[in-house]
Amino acid sequence: MRARNKNEKPNGARASLWSLLLNTIYFTLFCIVGCIGYFLLEGPINDIINQKKYSDEELELLSKKAMMSLSLEKEKANWDKVVDGIHIRTGFYDDPNLKTVIASCTSCHSAKLVTQNRATRAGWKSMIVWMQETQGLPDLGKSEPIILDYLAKYYAPKATGRRKNIDVDAIDWYVLNIDDTSQ
Amino acid sequence: MKSEKAKGRRKFMKNTIMASFSSIVGMPIVFGSNMPKELLPIGFFDGSLPPDLIGKSNLLTVLNDRPVNAEAAAHLLDDDLTPNDMFFVRNNGIPPVNVDVNKWSLTIEGESAKQSKTYTLQELKTKFKQYTLNLTLECGGNGRSEFNPPAKGNQWSTGAVGCAAWTGVRLADVLRDVGIKSNAVYIGYYGEDTHLSGDAKKNTISRGVPINKAMEEESMIAWSMNGKDIPLLNGYPLRLVFGGYPASCSGKWLSKIVIRDRVHDGQKMKGKSYRVPCKPVAPGAKVKDEDMCIIEKMPVKSLITYPKTGATIKSTEKLPIRGHAWTSADSISKVEYSIDFGGSWHPCELKNAKNRYAWQRFSAKIPFPEEGYYEVWARATDSNGDRQPIILPGWNPKGYLNNASHRIAIKVI
Repeated sequence: MRARNKNEKPNGARASLWSLLLNTIYFTLFCIVGCIGYFLLEGPINDIINQKKYSDEELELLSKKAMMSLSLEKEKANWDKVVDGIHIRTGFYDDPNLKTVIASCTSCHSAKLVTQNRATRAGWKSMIVWMQETQGLPDLGKSEPIILDYLAKYYAPKATGRRKNIDVDAIDWYVLNIDDTSQ
Repeated sequence: MKSEKAKGRRKFMKNTIMASFSSIVGMPIVFGSNMPKELLPIGFFDGSLPPDLIGKSNLLTVLNDRPVNAEAAAHLLDDDLTPNDMFFVRNNGIPPVNVDVNKWSLTIEGESAKQSKTYTLQELKTKFKQYTLNLTLECGGNGRSEFNPPAKGNQWSTGAVGCAAWTGVRLADVLRDVGIKSNAVYIGYYGEDTHLSGDAKKNTISRGVPINKAMEEESMIAWSMNGKDIPLLNGYPLRLVFGGYPASCSGKWLSKIVIRDRVHDGQKMKGKSYRVPCKPVAPGAKVKDEDMCIIEKMPVKSLITYPKTGATIKSTEKLPIRGHAWTSADSISKVEYSIDFGGSWHPCELKNAKNRYAWQRFSAKIPFPEEGYYEVWARATDSNGDRQPIILPGWNPKGYLNNASHRIAIKVI
């Protein structure tokens, strides 16, 4: 064992010299690549680090612009998309007469003003009359019965009694940690 | 260091989210990583983006986006004073754009004004004594969604209410400076919002209050809300604030006040708007316009703002609750809770108000007798002896003044 070790010593020295050389080459290469990478990426990195600080107002304006373009793009893509019987853009129930309803009922106000309400045919009629008398809605002509049929069909009142039960199924149940939150 | 790292992670996540937004939009969102997180998801997930909800939390429930109408769920109103971004929005038209506060002015005129006088915003701020009052504003239709038969209009749940610290001047001081004739009956306001039709000649809404209400100490012309500018959607840069009346009386984007020798007859003063039957009617009854009377006081009411409905607790624990109670009377005298569907009622602790028409804090710690499903109900009584009903109060055609007890659901396990 000892003799063999003695014999290998010179080889070992050569090997460690060789590996030192290799390491030096690797290190130099690493430094060069690193420097090139740094110079390439310096601009973007500094941009990220030194991002301009915007005032709240500027931020709101920028966000608003961004979101408006987001909204427009989405609207274009989903203009007449229907999912599960609901016309996505307006929230109306899909129906052969939907276009008539959209044309007459969303030019002055949001479709949400319709879809959150419920009434009988007579009730919807009275709302149309009210809009004609006070809000400048023109005579709906042949469209009126079509619109009334549509509204009475999809947005009829539900019997709820004097007061509804709390909608237990709609509740998002969670565990309340009392120690953390009591004041 | 830790927080720096956390910030880095958050930023990375934000950037990732923005990148996915960008891929949907098909273009990069400039300064996306700077976009305040509160603004990111507004309307994004339900497909109805109201781009004009500036200054409002994305946690609000948007009932209507043209005009904007939005409310906060009960648990979001837990602050002593409602934060500006959580304060409900009930707009009838389109808010003014490019408001220049340096050019904003308020004109007082009318049959019962001794002269016509115009004040700049700066003059209002310097000429009159300033006050800061905590005043509760509640939409007359808050709670409409519970009416049966249903009433038309925005289907408000419980969140069209808020109490803020308003800074401004007393309306009475300004009216006196102009001079009020002895035949004055009412004041009416005009604001700078535009009608939805875009017709510049049409007033969106022009309501008001009786002269006695206008002269009350707490009736204000305000330019500041919780120490900040009033959000545009809540009337920036100037509005009226009347506690105890339907919030529609508190005109926004205020530019003119008329002192009238008759009941003001502006937009939404007549017909059935903000009116209830003068005499009680059966649910679903048809009521003629002439039998409808203007709402001149908001009823006693309360809201449980903590915990959020749906809390599950252990049977060994006591449930802390808290909330606010408000009235058009001088003060709230008592708030009680029930966990047995009104079978028995127990007192809550009640704090005094800073001033009249401010909402008052109530709180309690509730033990439960055994495991199971419970509802916590709260009811307030005011200094007039008026108390909240458990079921819906008098039905009315337009669904105003629902002050039925607020209820939250609790499970004890």
